[in-house]
Amino acid sequence: MSTVDQAVGQPSRSQRGKDLVFRLALLACLTLAVGLLVVLLIDVALDGAGTLNWNFITSFTSITADKAGIQAALWGTIWLMGVCAIFIVPVGIATAIYLEEYADTDRWWNRLIELNIQNLAAVPSIVYGILGLAFLVRGPLHLGNVVLAGGLTLGLLVLPMVIIAGREALRAVPPSIREGSMALGATQWQTIWRQVLPAAIPGMATGVILALSRAIGETAPLIVVGAATVIAFNPTGLDSSFTAMPIQIFDWISRASNDINDYRPLAAAGILLLMILLLAMNSIAIWLRNRYEQKW
Amino acid sequence: MISLLTTVGIVYALIEETIVFLRAVPIHDFLFGTKWSPLFNPPSFGVLPLVAGTFFTTLIALIVAIPLGLGSAIYLSEYARPRVRKSIKPMLELLAGVPTIVFGYFALTFFTPTILRDVFNLHVGIFNALAAGIIIGFLIIPIVASISEDSMRSVPQSLREGAFGLGASRFQTSVRVVFPAALSGIVASVVLAMSRAVGETMVVLIAGGQQPQWGANIGQSMETLTAFIGATAKGDAATGSIAYKTIFAVGMTLFVITLALNIISIRFVRKYRQVYE
Repeated sequence: MSTVDQAVGQPSRSQRGKDLVFRLALLACLTLAVGLLVVLLIDVALDGAGTLNWNFITSFTSITADKAGIQAALWGTIWLMGVCAIFIVPVGIATAIYLEEYADTDRWWNRLIELNIQNLAAVPSIVYGILGLAFLVRGPLHLGNVVLAGGLTLGLLVLPMVIIAGREALRAVPPSIREGSMALGATQWQTIWRQVLPAAIPGMATGVILALSRAIGETAPLIVVGAATVIAFNPTGLDSSFTAMPIQIFDWISRASNDINDYRPLAAAGILLLMILLLAMNSIAIWLRNRYEQKW
Repeated sequence: MISLLTTVGIVYALIEETIVFLRAVPIHDFLFGTKWSPLFNPPSFGVLPLVAGTFFTTLIALIVAIPLGLGSAIYLSEYARPRVRKSIKPMLELLAGVPTIVFGYFALTFFTPTILRDVFNLHVGIFNALAAGIIIGFLIIPIVASISEDSMRSVPQSLREGAFGLGASRFQTSVRVVFPAALSGIVASVVLAMSRAVGETMVVLIAGGQQPQWGANIGQSMETLTAFIGATAKGDAATGSIAYKTIFAVGMTLFVITLALNIISIRFVRKYRQVYE
């Protein structure tokens, strides 16, 4: 835009003064927003760094704060993410393919589904917890407070994200690829399976990883579906009761706020570990996006 | 198909249990009662104190998020050089990706004691709506900033060039030309952020406290709709008990509020979107 500035008459001096003030105010807004993030990270790191060590990762939680660790919660989270991934990958991708490749947008039900997905993406996560409680934990399926119910609840929560990302990835594949394949006599299914899908996979994988990184930090729905807070064993299967990292952190925070301050470093260390996992997942997503980004 | 089932499931689950609840509690008492103490004897089921808690935390959050979010958006869209924008945007995305429980921890252990009490010298409770609201405000900044920025960047360059050509400063161009042209997206972003603030659970559960309050004392503990659901469900309420049913009635209230906000947001984008060649 600098060329534009040079080409035109200069604004008056008082306007330039206002411009400067405005610019500084805007910069202050941005600094405050990013600054809070920095302060937050430093605060958590200072609180938790001393506690985050191998013992912390390999111990179970305990009634004495200095012996407590996060092992059960870590494995619980890994199990949850596994269930969640197995659920969202096929369902999310299938829905995306249907909406993008097959659905006729003139039909009212397809438009309804689309509007519906947009709306679902903005439903508060705790409401998904209520859904999980009513249908998966109790009610029709009656699974109980188990890994399967928790994982599926998280899956339902992030499914709209996967569908939206999947559709964008499919849309980025140019029609010429499809037309070329069709012209060679391939059926629509062959075209999708052999041409379109492989081209769209990096975008979809990015969407799935981002969805999982959303799911890994979700606490509220898990509280509602009844993740246990004090558990001293790793999940043994889909029907095992479980705890998860955010739940364990929440439990430690509640203890810390009852003035048992020994638990505060534990909560901070748990948060640190969670953030490290999150950062790793996000880096993989960004790497995937850059590595396989195709320009048509 | 599952997405449709999910919605149907949510609505069905909420409605079914809410009807059972409303059989026990008259709807008038629920919607307009000003005392919320479902677990006491005799119980009282006025949802207004919870709505007030949600209203005040959301209001505080918006007071924080609208100026900071829009300021960041205008800066990124109109002032920042491409390289600056490329390095700042991921940081805002990171802010959006931090789990909300982390913000809750931060509000409780750092923001209330250090910032509110020590720096600003406010006499606030350990649990208070002010800290929860401000932190939620920071949490929704990325929503306001990124959607507003997208809509400002989609304002065609020719409009800006026209304004510069008439001798306008960058400030005048941003505020009088770009901002109005992008208004639909900006309003949509604010409404979306608002629905996110209404539905936010962990920060209020951890830092906002669990004292239902029918008043505006934001320095003290307030309970929101979401915090009530979280706190009650944590106690593992037995199926069929009155506590179990209140979760659904309150959840229904929450769902209706956020749904209304989302519909408004989508409408706004459709209705006021300006189309440029």
